[in-house]
Amino acid sequence: MSYLDRQGQGGLSSWIFSTDHKRVSLLYLTLMTVFFWVAVGIGIAMRLKHLSGSDFLISARTYNALFTVHGVIMVFLFVIPGLPAVFGNFFLPVLIGAKDVSFPRLNLLSWWLFLTGACLALLSLFTGPGAPDTGWTFYVPFSLRTGTNVSLAVFAAFVLGFSSILTGINFITTVHRMRCEGMTWHRMPLFVWAIYSTGWIQVLATPIIGITLLLVILERAFGIGVFDPARGGDPVLYQHLFWIYSHPAVYIMIVPAMGAITEIIPTFARRCIFGYKAIAYSSLAIAGLGSLVWAHHMFTSGMADLANIIFSLLTFLVAVPSAIKVFNWTATLYKGSTDMQPAMLYALTFVFLFAIGGLTGVMQGALGLNVHLHDTYWIVGHFHYVMFGGTGFAFFAALLYWFPKMFGRQYDPKPAYAAWVLMFLGFNMLYGSFMVLGYMGMPRRYFAHLPQFHSLHLAATIGSWALVSGLAVLFGNFLIALKRGAPAESNPWGGKTLEWTLPSPPAAENFHTPPVVTEAPYSYNPKARA
Amino acid sequence: MSEAVHSDYQGAKIGMWLFLFTELMLFGGLFLLYSAYRMLHPEEFHHASQELNAVIGVANTLVLLTSSLFIAMALTAVQQGRHEAGGRWAALCAGLGGLFLVNKGFEWAAKFHHGIYPGSSLVKAMPPGEGLFFGLYFTMTGLHALHVLIGVILLAVVALLVKRGRVRQGDCVLLENSGLYWHLVDVIWIFLLPLFYLAA
Ligand code: HEM
Ligand SMILES: [Cu+2]
Repeated sequence: MSYLDRQGQGGLSSWIFSTDHKRVSLLYLTLMTVFFWVAVGIGIAMRLKHLSGSDFLISARTYNALFTVHGVIMVFLFVIPGLPAVFGNFFLPVLIGAKDVSFPRLNLLSWWLFLTGACLALLSLFTGPGAPDTGWTFYVPFSLRTGTNVSLAVFAAFVLGFSSILTGINFITTVHRMRCEGMTWHRMPLFVWAIYSTGWIQVLATPIIGITLLLVILERAFGIGVFDPARGGDPVLYQHLFWIYSHPAVYIMIVPAMGAITEIIPTFARRCIFGYKAIAYSSLAIAGLGSLVWAHHMFTSGMADLANIIFSLLTFLVAVPSAIKVFNWTATLYKGSTDMQPAMLYALTFVFLFAIGGLTGVMQGALGLNVHLHDTYWIVGHFHYVMFGGTGFAFFAALLYWFPKMFGRQYDPKPAYAAWVLMFLGFNMLYGSFMVLGYMGMPRRYFAHLPQFHSLHLAATIGSWALVSGLAVLFGNFLIALKRGAPAESNPWGGKTLEWTLPSPPAAENFHTPPVVTEAPYSYNPKARA
Repeated sequence: MSEAVHSDYQGAKIGMWLFLFTELMLFGGLFLLYSAYRMLHPEEFHHASQELNAVIGVANTLVLLTSSLFIAMALTAVQQGRHEAGGRWAALCAGLGGLFLVNKGFEWAAKFHHGIYPGSSLVKAMPPGEGLFFGLYFTMTGLHALHVLIGVILLAVVALLVKRGRVRQGDCVLLENSGLYWHLVDVIWIFLLPLFYLAA
């Protein structure tokens, strides 16, 4: 009996109270997809504002609320929970031959907290004095002074952080305790390594944002004065605390994405992954080094020169482990017999777009250039390349890769290719224009622009239409496959990791008899591995 | 299925330790703020700290340290099969936690009485840095007190479970984890004491 089959009383409660990690995964997927589309809609609306410039429907104030809500949803409800909550939940136990995560009930609680946080975030839009307008960063002093519903939105982010922490605790413990016989650390699939490293970032970094957000609430409610210069406080310290979490958070977003890509590339190149250990430990290195670079977001906030130089240097260094991965993926492809299935195409697109996002990130790490680029559309372009081109595309690639396993149905590949063409063109038109605009001086978070920027803004808006059409085709295709897709084989892509030994969809208890692992993963070319 | 999962003691303890790390980071953010502001305003912190009653602070430290001893004794007793004693030690520990909160309540009430509370006109009129000290004082001791409150409830429940035989020799990871949590609450207080009460 598969995990999807009617269990017990059936119906909704067999889902929302299920502690089966696979069901919890689908709960997350559903909720996240809904919010993703809400935020995409808001993104499109912002682009329309720049098309017409009229105040019809979207006033300047509304624009402030739109980019705030767009950012908050995309960051806290899509890319941060992102791959760990969906694919980590589903495949982490399966990939290490376990029955479930270490704490199944805690796992369900994480989802409930996620749901609560999401509802609170929605509530903050429609209740009280109006949707928050601070940007997703909630910078003081504005977040303390604005009359909008900041406290509730901040509390929502706090609850979401708690959910993320519990997921991290669960996954770390699972990796330590639940590996099946023969699953040594160096036989773990690299997605597991990625989720493991991410777990540590979630556990160690998230509490910092928790306390920072609590301080914003306390400050708004009681005026404790910790960020108020009139009372000896320092608003720049808010920025420090915020980025001590939020830079590591970008690795919460990207490391699991890299992990998924590392599963996909060997399968479709029919090659053992090149540099297994380098990839595994570079995830840990990113987790470690990534906690030391936060102040590169604050080069223009007025720090000591020495601090600026140190953070700039560390920022350059943190690019190294990411580059290691890119080189290893490329080396894996070398002499492979590549099967360009949609999942592979999206995975390679990830590598391409992430490389652009990563390299532009290094540019921003240079002190001189940073002054020019800070708070412009360049930055908006950069982080969409990393978060959307990176994590977003990896999310789609992972979905294309694991969809047959998760749902037991196969999708039609052709619309997925068509969607790719639309998305790839639209994406680069949209965010490529953003980068050029920013380089020319267009500031971010502005509801209007000067005439000389208009043609590029026009190109960006047209790009956003292509992008959203591609997204619609991609998701529509999945929906059709859910309803009418042909039954999936147990191993449609010829993968070598444990999930492909299970039927599609897997049984509720995953493995009828606990598996015993005798070799490293990705054994496509056993001779070459020696 | 859940049987095998839930009897993984080692796993439960790893989970608890990870949770304690998150608690350390949570307070760590506040300690970071405290150190930055103390560097900026050494005089004002010194001065403001004189307002605090070091006697109550030290008394509460003794209360918490003793309670930590009690929870350790509760664990030892249960591990040795002396369940009745174990339950009693755990209940006593919860009681001391309650005493801590009562003391804290009196202390805060006295401050309020003198017009020292977040956002009060008195605090706002203080020189920059001194008001900040009290902002941090209320935030940090308040957050700590919240943790004590959660701990008291937790320990009371555990004491009850020990009494009912649900937590017993060979099956006492809940007691052990609650003890770990309680020790953390204790350790954080040990840092708060010198930073606030003995800073003068
Ligand atoms: C069709 C999809 C999308 C469109 C059209 C879009 C468009 C935009 C626009 C126009 C802005 C505001 C620029 C400004 O005025 O400063 C923005 C900001 C932002 N976007 Fe997107 N975006 C999309 C998808 C995404 C995705 C997938 C993510 C993350 C995974 C994301 C994360 C953000 C963030 C964090 C901000 C910053 C908000 C702030 O300034 O506080 N976006 N996006
Ligand atoms: Cu950063």
